[in-house]
Amino acid sequence: MSPAQWDLPPELCCRPMAFVALTGLDVVYNAIHRAIWDAFCTNRRADRVPISFKVLPGDHEYPKCRTKRTSYEWYIPKGILKTGWMNKHLNLVPALVVLFYELDWDDPQWKEKQSECATKVEIVRTSLQGRNTKVAVVLIQKKTPLPPGEDLVASERASALCGACDLSGKSLFVLPHTDHLVGYIIRLENAFYEHAQTYYYNEIRRVKSHKEFLNKTTHQLLFVRHQFKMGFFSELKQDTQNALKYYRTAYSLVHELRAHETNMLEIKTMAGFINYKICRLCFQHNTPLDAIAQFRKHIDLCKKKIGSAELAFEHTAWMSKQFQSFGDLFDEAIKLGLTAIQTQNPGFYYQQAAYYAQERKQQAGQLCSHEPGVGYPAPDPLETPTGALDFYGQRPWRQGHQSIDPPDSEKEKQGILALQVKERDVLHSELIIALLSNAVAQFKKYKCPRMKSHLMVQMGEEYYHAKDYTKALKLLDYVMCDYRTERWWSLLTSILSTALKCSYLMGQVKDYITYSMELVGRGLLIVYKVDIVICDCQNEVPEPEPDCDPASVKMAQSLWSDRISLAGNNEFTIEVQDYVPFVQCKAKFLYPSFHIDEPVQLHVYVRADCPHPVRFSKLCVSLSNQEYNQYCLLEDASKEQDILEPSTQENMCLVPGKTRKYCFKFVAKTEDVGKKIEITSVGLMLGRETARYVYLNWRGGWGDAASSHETLQASRSFKRRTRLPEQQLDWDTVTIQSSTMIISRVPKISVQLTHEPPALTNEMYCMIVTIQSEEDTVAKDIKLTAGLKPGQDANLTQSTQITLNGSEVCDDSHPALLPDIPLGDLQPGQKPLYIHCVSTGSRILLFHVAYSVSATVEGKDITCKCHKDETVTLETVVPFEVAMKFVSSKFEHLERVFVDIPFLLMMDILSASPWPIELVNSEVQLASSMTAIDQPQSQVEGVTLQTSECASECFLLKCPPVQNGTSTVASGHYFISWKRKSAFAETSVVRTIVILPHVMVENIPLYVHAELPSFGRVRESLPVRYHLENRTGLVQDVEIGVEPSDAFMFSGLKQVRMRILPGTEQEMLYNFYPLMAGYQVLPQLNISLLRFPNISGQLLRRFLPSRIFVKVTF
Amino acid sequence: MNCDSMNYPLYIRSVPTQGELKFHYTVHTSLDVVEEKISGVGKALADQRELYLGLLYPTEDYKVYGYVTNSKVKFVIVVDSSNTSLRDNEIRSMFRKLHNSFTDVMCNPFYNPGDPIQSKAFDSIVSTMMVQAF
Repeated sequence: MSPAQWDLPPELCCRPMAFVALTGLDVVYNAIHRAIWDAFCTNRRADRVPISFKVLPGDHEYPKCRTKRTSYEWYIPKGILKTGWMNKHLNLVPALVVLFYELDWDDPQWKEKQSECATKVEIVRTSLQGRNTKVAVVLIQKKTPLPPGEDLVASERASALCGACDLSGKSLFVLPHTDHLVGYIIRLENAFYEHAQTYYYNEIRRVKSHKEFLNKTTHQLLFVRHQFKMGFFSELKQDTQNALKYYRTAYSLVHELRAHETNMLEIKTMAGFINYKICRLCFQHNTPLDAIAQFRKHIDLCKKKIGSAELAFEHTAWMSKQFQSFGDLFDEAIKLGLTAIQTQNPGFYYQQAAYYAQERKQQAGQLCSHEPGVGYPAPDPLETPTGALDFYGQRPWRQGHQSIDPPDSEKEKQGILALQVKERDVLHSELIIALLSNAVAQFKKYKCPRMKSHLMVQMGEEYYHAKDYTKALKLLDYVMCDYRTERWWSLLTSILSTALKCSYLMGQVKDYITYSMELVGRGLLIVYKVDIVICDCQNEVPEPEPDCDPASVKMAQSLWSDRISLAGNNEFTIEVQDYVPFVQCKAKFLYPSFHIDEPVQLHVYVRADCPHPVRFSKLCVSLSNQEYNQYCLLEDASKEQDILEPSTQENMCLVPGKTRKYCFKFVAKTEDVGKKIEITSVGLMLGRETARYVYLNWRGGWGDAASSHETLQASRSFKRRTRLPEQQLDWDTVTIQSSTMIISRVPKISVQLTHEPPALTNEMYCMIVTIQSEEDTVAKDIKLTAGLKPGQDANLTQSTQITLNGSEVCDDSHPALLPDIPLGDLQPGQKPLYIHCVSTGSRILLFHVAYSVSATVEGKDITCKCHKDETVTLETVVPFEVAMKFVSSKFEHLERVFVDIPFLLMMDILSASPWPIELVNSEVQLASSMTAIDQPQSQVEGVTLQTSECASECFLLKCPPVQNGTSTVASGHYFISWKRKSAFAETSVVRTIVILPHVMVENIPLYVHAELPSFGRVRESLPVRYHLENRTGLVQDVEIGVEPSDAFMFSGLKQVRMRILPGTEQEMLYNFYPLMAGYQVLPQLNISLLRFPNISGQLLRRFLPSRIFVKVTF
Repeated sequence: MNCDSMNYPLYIRSVPTQGELKFHYTVHTSLDVVEEKISGVGKALADQRELYLGLLYPTEDYKVYGYVTNSKVKFVIVVDSSNTSLRDNEIRSMFRKLHNSFTDVMCNPFYNPGDPIQSKAFDSIVSTMMVQAF
């Protein structure tokens, strides 16, 4: 028996299809026959009828049919199902034999051919003696047949042939060998299929008919056999519903059989077969729940049917196979479109199969561990005359035996021994691993990462048992980190122990050390190997792990000594962030920043969690700037001493549970000012450089795979910290500071600014910077940078200028920031600066004083660069506002001025400065379109304005004629020279330019002005002379009227119309006689220009005085 | 037997103690199903406030039941399949008792959430349940 003895026979697992035999075809030498055969057997897709075809020679011997039993009365069956039965009906006994014969209806030798055909049919019939197999004849014809009924010769000859061959008309077919071969073939095979179905239907009826002869006492086995056969025939008939029904009956019958130790295997085997068929059909009918329910029932029924205790492994092997084949069926159904879920997928069945395989292995280990002397029994009790069993599930040494007790106890013993010996040679691990990996694949598909990990652990353990340590280690290492991150320490411990054994047996020194470190570390529960690491560092072969295979141990030991003798193989660096080692480390800088003139302090805290004290030989910190590494190194000075001897350097020994602190100090380099120093890693060396050593490396100075969670828990904790004795620290309170900044020395100078804010626009604003050193030594190379603080509005940069020279006004060429004004070595003093702010608003000014000074740190002289920044916010305001307006000689506001008519330009200077302003001078610079009437002279020279005081001046101007009657003209500029009146510093004069507004100039056709005394007296004549001047080149008609007034009597023309020649002037004289005293309105003169109706009297009246003061006469 | 929302064990106990490791694996693997259940029907579950997850997955020899509190603390009970005295209702009430007791543990100001549970009261509740069940 092969190891595959538990595999289900292939004829059980395949899909049964009707078997049709084709004879009379010469597929080797006849091309036509070959084409026919190819058409039958190629391209058998699902849409074609399920038939399995076979070409057989015409004289093929079919299996002989045994003579039919007429009575079952004395018949005692020897087993449930014969091993050959399924194969016989699938591949040997056809449902239909088809005879192919080349014969055309009009064949000249018809008679001869007809009888030859009849002979061939007879030969087939003879070899099928006793079977119900049908026979059919296919005539291969060269000609296309006529439609049925038209060819009289054909129908006549057909019936003749049927008669000769003893065939029914339905069994004679014609296959014209023409273009449409495949179409004919499909029609033919459909007809064959019908014949085959009839055959199987008859077979089912035949088997069913046996039932009445059976009795329940002796023929129990036959009940099962017949139901199974009916089920199988139904499947061949493609009647799966009925097949399922028969199989279900068979299944319940098989469990009704009297079970005892001798036939247990047979019952279980058959139950397994039938169960397989049922489950398969259920999946096929898309009722997976039925399949699962059937399988559960099957397992529940069979679980306890162990059979012979000495062959218990057979039961577990069988169980394992049941689960496996169900898993296969399930998986196959999924591939055909069934959807599985997380909690119900083939993985569980594979897993259970693996579980039983493991059980089997264990049982085999117990039952098959014979004395070395016990060999395989001879003669072989498993040998049978035919080389195979007659019935499924029977013992080779007592086939057909159905009674309760074995016929020969000695034979029985030999048989069991033989089976046990065979079992001993089975490679159980391989089977288990294959099943597990099937399950892993399934669970991966159905989102069960933990189940997958668990199975992979099992696989790893199985590889370990199979002594494939490399694969074992690979698998275990793969899943270990999952368990580590999930923090299931109990599980991790068990995995680690196995991994440790593997690495030991392979002589993998580094892995061995890593695993043992983690095993003695915190969280894990192993205590048994306390000094493992210390031993490792002794450069010796470690003690073998317990429970290891002795042969492997021996090999491992030689491996180890080989490894050790190799130089350079004895140093290992372990990155702890992937593990949870037994030493914890935290490194921190004392402060987040250090000044350059003080030493940088670094503390490293180390704690061991292992149960015994541990000594280390080196502790080193590496920093981002490696030059400092040499200062952060702690080494065991006693290099030659034995490590286990108590050393004088007590602090190199870690006591379990106690935190040790190591302090390092170094002076930072001046180049590192402004830079960050980081702890890149902390290394702890266990062992000796002279021998083997392990280097634990904490990247970033702390933390392993478990730290982050522990830190979180510690931070949550409400536990009151118990006060620890001096020099001891609570581990959880140590915080991490893995980087520090080196910052420059604190400057000991003072920078003072003296000034008078706010600044005035355009002013040369003076600020005095006073620097005073408070250093103990000379401050050298003092440099002042002053100006606008960078990073402000870009417009400010353009509108601010800084200079050291206050005597001249800055322009754009001066910078906004004056860098590095060298001041030399410090003589405490002042430095005036001038700032020219063109725009208003606030701006931040920066004064940066840098210098260097020498200092001594830890006995080391360094030159420290110090700097001090002082900023000040400066507000800039407008010093004064200038308002300008044009007024007439009557001080009336003018919107436009008239050509050649004098008017006034008035300036109001309103001081807005909080400080007094002295106006030094003012000047009007007129544009060409304006002329001054008299020499304009500043009227505000030397005036000092206090806050919100106002100074005014005015200039008499007129405009020369303009073209086009009206136009807007520029007036010119107004210059004001001023300075801040300050006692604080000498200020320079600033010249501010104000642009005068534009004004509209207009020609006027008629100019009117009056000549009258400055005042009148009551009842005294007041002569008034009006001049009317024609300013056009045209003769003008003018109408003049004087309106009466209550205050005046008057003489002169009351209403007149006259003409004024171009360029001439008309004079009108009136004598007014005032009647009342005081300011009196003069009688109104109405002038209307008939040629210029748009020039109203109103406009012209503006040139005339409207009132006069009348004095009282006494 | 229960675990935290982080999926590491806070408290785990089995009777009898032999073969404990196997049960640890069983509890651990059952978290796959718990995780899937709470992520899959997250919204619906939150509305219903049904904390009992029922039978998690079938094994040959054991039945694994799950329960998740609102703060995602998971309780898992594994019982022998042959123990037919424990019906769904009994399991449900066991979980409720466990949950109540767990709440008491959490209310203890000296208990640091996330630490393994070391409470006599919780121990005795678990012990009485185990005695009743087996």
